[in-house]
Amino acid sequence: MLAQLITSFIASAAFGIIFNVPKSSLFQCGLVGMIGWIVYYLLVENDINSIMATMASAFIVAVISQYFAKRFKTPITIFNVSGIIPLVPGGLSYNAMKHFVVNDFYVAVQMAAKVFMLAGAIAMGLIFAEVMNQLVLKYNRRKIRMRG
Amino acid sequence: MENIFISFSRELGYYEVDLAGNFVILKMRVPHTESDGEDKMDDQIQYNEIIDVCLLAGKIMLSNGAETSRVEDTMVRIAAAFGCGDSHSFSTPTGIIFSLDGMHPASKLIRVSHRSTDLHKVTLVNSISRSISSKEMTPAEAFSRLKQIERAGMGYPLWGQIFAAFIASGCFLIMFQGQWTDFIWSCIAGGMGFSCLLYLHRLLEVRFFAEFIASLVVGLAAIFFVHIGVGSHLDTIIIGAVMPLVPGLLITNAARDLIAGHLVSGLSKGADAGLTALAIGAGISAAFVFL
Repeated sequence: MLAQLITSFIASAAFGIIFNVPKSSLFQCGLVGMIGWIVYYLLVENDINSIMATMASAFIVAVISQYFAKRFKTPITIFNVSGIIPLVPGGLSYNAMKHFVVNDFYVAVQMAAKVFMLAGAIAMGLIFAEVMNQLVLKYNRRKIRMRG
Repeated sequence: MENIFISFSRELGYYEVDLAGNFVILKMRVPHTESDGEDKMDDQIQYNEIIDVCLLAGKIMLSNGAETSRVEDTMVRIAAAFGCGDSHSFSTPTGIIFSLDGMHPASKLIRVSHRSTDLHKVTLVNSISRSISSKEMTPAEAFSRLKQIERAGMGYPLWGQIFAAFIASGCFLIMFQGQWTDFIWSCIAGGMGFSCLLYLHRLLEVRFFAEFIASLVVGLAAIFFVHIGVGSHLDTIIIGAVMPLVPGLLITNAARDLIAGHLVSGLSKGADAGLTALAIGAGISAAFVFL
């Protein structure tokens, strides 16, 4: 568990370097990636479907990214990317590819379908966070207008 | 919006804007002095300058990995801050069209042929756009600042990026339930693959081929380590080492663009990410031939 925390933090921050994010945001990048990965890890450990787990942690990554983007006045992409990277179904797509290579299409197509589902789950998590953000903004605006 | 129109008229004196309810009435002052022609010329030059600033900002953001809505939004905001409240921007991953409406309608197209990932530049352009919006910059100033950003090198040195890929590969190996004894071998394979990618990117025009070769190198290195007996699990080593090649930014941006309704950009970025993933898969599969 501790190893997971540390490695996911370092991996996300390292990805920040690969994408040339500003030096001052590297720590936050690592933090977003770590939180996203730990949520995913704990959910999967507790026998929750990996698609649901991916969606939940993509949602949390997006919410935290929105907070950081507002707080530090930087583009949201910076935090989003480092948080999403660990959730990319790299292992599963690798296995799908491996089965394709040995002409085991029956298993390969099943795995590829799941890869697509996981990619869709990441997108859905981002969408939910975006919608929530817009609702909150609208609510706040209405509150200000009513006061004024 | 109201303020923008009024300041516009004060500066240029060509027309006034009255706000009557929801209607905006434009009144043009009839030119009657001889110097008016010259003034018009000056205006045209100023408008061209504004368009150039917007396009340069958009180009830097687009070619360094910003999402489409941010690019379009920034350009329209910059134009509004310089007094052109009515402007339109249409950007795709390969080019931007920007046009100003109003008294001097004009539009320009800019082609974006080279794309890389440098989020530091996106942040810098973002902060410049903020200071333009708070009216701290003239168009000429902004243009020279943007040119500086465009010419600047990458935020991190080459060895720093390779080292990051090196470490990230090992960390991903642990995250995907690999063993600590494989850590260093995954690091080396990932570092080799990523350096290969960086080198071939400079050498070749075809990006997908660079990714193919890089993942082939990763596969071969991993197979070699397992073959000589230092690495134990081939699969986890390869998965960890291939992660730095994954087009993460493209995937995120494709999803964000599609959500925001920029269908053209979203689909083309998705296709780009898909082709990259295919190239990586093909490279790994090619390595298996040597198994």
